[in-house]
Amino acid sequence: MIAVYLLLLLSVTGIFYFALLGHRPQVGRINTWFNTASFLITVWLAINIFLNGNIISANQLFIVDSFNIYLIVLTAFVGLTTSIFSDAYMAHEKEIGRLTDKRLKVYYAMYQGFMLAMYLVLVSNNMGMMWVAMEAATLATVMLVSLYRTPESIEAAWKYFILCGVGIAQAMFGTILLYYAAIQIGDVENALLWSVLYESAEHLNPEIMEIAFVFMLVGYGTKIGLVPLHNWLPDAHSEGPTPMSAVLSGLLLNDALYAVVRNKMLVDGATQSHIAGFFMMGFGLLSFLVAAIFLNRQKDIKRLFSYSSIEHMGLMTFSFGLGTPLSTFAALLHMMVHSLTKSAIFVTVGHASQIAGTQRIEKIRGLIKTQPTVGWGLLIGTLAIAGFPPFGVFTSEFLVLLATMQSYPWLTPLLLLGIGLAGAGLFRNIQPMVYGKQSDGQLPVQANLWPVMIHLALVLWLGLAIPTFLADWFSQATVLISGSAPL
Amino acid sequence: MNWLLALIQTLLFVSLAPLLAGWIKFCKCYLQNRKAPSLFQPYRDLWKLTHKQPVVSEQASWLFVIAPYIIFSAMVLAASVVPLIAVNLPTAASADIIVLVGFFAFARFFLTLAGLDVGTAFGGMGASREMTISSLAEPAMLMAIFTLTMTASSTNLSFAIGYVLEHGTVLRPSFIFALFAMILVAIAETGRIPVDNPATHLELTMIHEAMILEYSGRHLALIEWASQLKLMLYGVLIANIFFPWGIAEQLSFSALGYGLLNILAKLAVLALLLAVSETLFAKMRLFRVQEYLSFAYLLALLGLLSHIILES
Amino acid sequence: MNIENLDFYTQAILTLAALIGLTSFLMLGQGRLLRLVFVFALQGLLLAIATALAAYSLNEPHLYISAVITLALKVFLIPWMIRRQIFKMNIHRDTEALKNKTAVMLGGASLVVFSYYVLHPVLHNTPVVMLNALATSLSVVLLGMLLMISHRQAIAHVVGFMSIENGLFFAAIVSTNGMPMVVELGIAFDVLVAAILFGIFFLHIRSSIDSLDVDMLNRLNEVDK
Repeated sequence: MIAVYLLLLLSVTGIFYFALLGHRPQVGRINTWFNTASFLITVWLAINIFLNGNIISANQLFIVDSFNIYLIVLTAFVGLTTSIFSDAYMAHEKEIGRLTDKRLKVYYAMYQGFMLAMYLVLVSNNMGMMWVAMEAATLATVMLVSLYRTPESIEAAWKYFILCGVGIAQAMFGTILLYYAAIQIGDVENALLWSVLYESAEHLNPEIMEIAFVFMLVGYGTKIGLVPLHNWLPDAHSEGPTPMSAVLSGLLLNDALYAVVRNKMLVDGATQSHIAGFFMMGFGLLSFLVAAIFLNRQKDIKRLFSYSSIEHMGLMTFSFGLGTPLSTFAALLHMMVHSLTKSAIFVTVGHASQIAGTQRIEKIRGLIKTQPTVGWGLLIGTLAIAGFPPFGVFTSEFLVLLATMQSYPWLTPLLLLGIGLAGAGLFRNIQPMVYGKQSDGQLPVQANLWPVMIHLALVLWLGLAIPTFLADWFSQATVLISGSAPL
Repeated sequence: MNWLLALIQTLLFVSLAPLLAGWIKFCKCYLQNRKAPSLFQPYRDLWKLTHKQPVVSEQASWLFVIAPYIIFSAMVLAASVVPLIAVNLPTAASADIIVLVGFFAFARFFLTLAGLDVGTAFGGMGASREMTISSLAEPAMLMAIFTLTMTASSTNLSFAIGYVLEHGTVLRPSFIFALFAMILVAIAETGRIPVDNPATHLELTMIHEAMILEYSGRHLALIEWASQLKLMLYGVLIANIFFPWGIAEQLSFSALGYGLLNILAKLAVLALLLAVSETLFAKMRLFRVQEYLSFAYLLALLGLLSHIILES
Repeated sequence: MNIENLDFYTQAILTLAALIGLTSFLMLGQGRLLRLVFVFALQGLLLAIATALAAYSLNEPHLYISAVITLALKVFLIPWMIRRQIFKMNIHRDTEALKNKTAVMLGGASLVVFSYYVLHPVLHNTPVVMLNALATSLSVVLLGMLLMISHRQAIAHVVGFMSIENGLFFAAIVSTNGMPMVVELGIAFDVLVAAILFGIFFLHIRSSIDSLDVDMLNRLNEVDK
């Protein structure tokens, strides 16, 4: 348990440190060190869990079990690699004068604030705390989206703020209903603790839980970027600094989905039916298809990939909604490979747009000649995210398809159509950017592509062979969520 | 005995109405740092007017002459059905709240006719404005009253007040809405600020005064008295429906005396509030009045809805 | 159930619920910013009264703390901050001509009906008071959203946002006697930070589009043109 407290404490220290000293040179390096330390702590925590099983803190506020531990490690890992990237990226932005010292302070302090909120969402055992942390994540990132102070970025941040704030209010209403259902079965003290509720889920009033779940799905769904509440997502991704887009796509969306799934577990226990799953399937499929179509009409590279994020989050939501062990396993795997791949892509995209000095797709051309590493990174990343074998995304998407064929075969063509549309949309745009004729004024930038390489290598590894301990974890989490083991 | 009491109550109503008007003026002057006229000034005014020769325009028809008498008697009749100091009086039992609204409408009808009769520009203008306002205010008032009658399951005013008394202090959301709606309607119907300004005699925006511009002498006295009665009627309605505590339920001497003191105190407080609000707010444009009254209607409607939803 | 048979606390909660619902409607039809903020503060006051009443009647001392926090935050601090912003930006005389006021009002009314429609089947075997209070708070939440849709001023959006929080808070007080203290403090903290951030945003929006009319925030589109 000490590890959890250390983790949270470290991020809090980070906020204050950067708020005071964030203008110093080398601050990016220090941010990396902070995140390295967090990552090491989470690894220690993971080993602990691996050896000793689930832990709940003494005051019952925090819980670490097989479901969230791998997300915690993933969060720390993506946070770390993104911080490596953001070091170089922010230095460049400062050089060309887009950012001042004061805003760098805000940036680094809020980076840590965001990480803190993410950890808090994951380890919270109290559903109310989880909501508070989720809202805090919005508040932390909203200043980052408007970091450049351009009219567009302010508009994006405003939209993000309002839409997510309003959306998450619905989740709060859901949480209140949950609490109401919980105090009806007694034990007012612990009525919001997930671990307690999970034990006594079958006593909860199923009708109230159903309504509560609808509100929570709408609320947290706004954060996941589910259609029709997705409008903020492309804007926030495209107008904020690129490291922010990487962590938004790689972490925030996952955590929101995590919150939904936690609630779904309670609702399933209460209703003893599949109603929550149907809601998730419907919203997921809708987001998946709509995003795949809109993806074809984007002219901004970061918007392009943010629609791809919506598409993948839709697929995960759908897959969790299916609720079979296989589909749950697939969704867990997809969560991991998607956040690794997507954050890698945003890192390369960030470099690519710095090279071209713009985010317009038609102005970025022939990256492979200007700076081969970035070009290759973008190409491979796109291959991976579009679901080509042998990358991990292929494996997970294949498993989702398989699970769909088992339960609802008539939905498979829709999924295939979406995957095809999205793949076409991505390649149509990426191909000229990588191979086309170089446009004028493209200069190589100082880039640190190690994070990309590591991420893509991991995704490749996961595609070829899932290591035993990871598979074990996924299986345990699957058992926890869906009730029985996959395969 | 009961009939006698009812008669006394009506006489009290009629005789106290100018005093209320005087009291409001007194409070207003005090609030506005002016020297106040005597509390009994309205009586003196009425006395003075009755001793003057009424001047009637050559174009005026018989309607113009009889209208003041009709208006005044309608108001006196209305006063006879409203419980002032005691409930369960025979007059109150014979007529219900719809009749009361009917009396008001009747008086207003003749007032506007009289305004139109002489054919002056002001008269016509005032009449049309009066009708516009009342057509908006009346539904709101009826709505508010229906809230009350639905609670008591009776349209009889005396019975309804008895019902409220019987159940003691019950905090009803519907009554709060209905109370606010009633206050807004009362202000509009009695021609007080911010709908109409009772202190003006020659302004383009006036409503009530525009209609009675041609009256003089005892005709004017009757109309003035009637409008003072109307003001008091609304005050008593608000006081006795929403805060009926203290009204005499037995017909003993002490209970009646106590009831009288009570209603006087309530009216004094209401009048004070009216004076304060008249001091604070400015008269609004005529075209804003419909907004104001539709707000009153909304409140009354909400009262009715919250009675149905929240209290049943 | 007849209202005479309920205890005073329930009567008071029902009355406050009705009044809070009314304030939401008042905000919906309000084009003047200062009055909007005033009505918002009024709503906060009703909320604080409801909380204090619950604390007293149900003997839950921790609700007194919530009541004080609500009073400080929702009645004084946030309205004061917004007022200051309004004066600073010199828009306190602006009146927003609301489009389709009648339609918006009717929409608001149907949202109230919708709230009952949603919650009625769920809460059919709980006390009717609970249904009324929860439906009112849900309609306050939905009316807050409608307020944000129908108004164009950024400040009105913030007031809508905060009134949504009010609705949630009322639901928490009435249905569950308040959330656990740690959650409540967290929510209060979030609200405070949000209010401060909004203040910063006003300045940014003002300096970027020279107005606080959010209809002019229209550079970003679903599909690039």
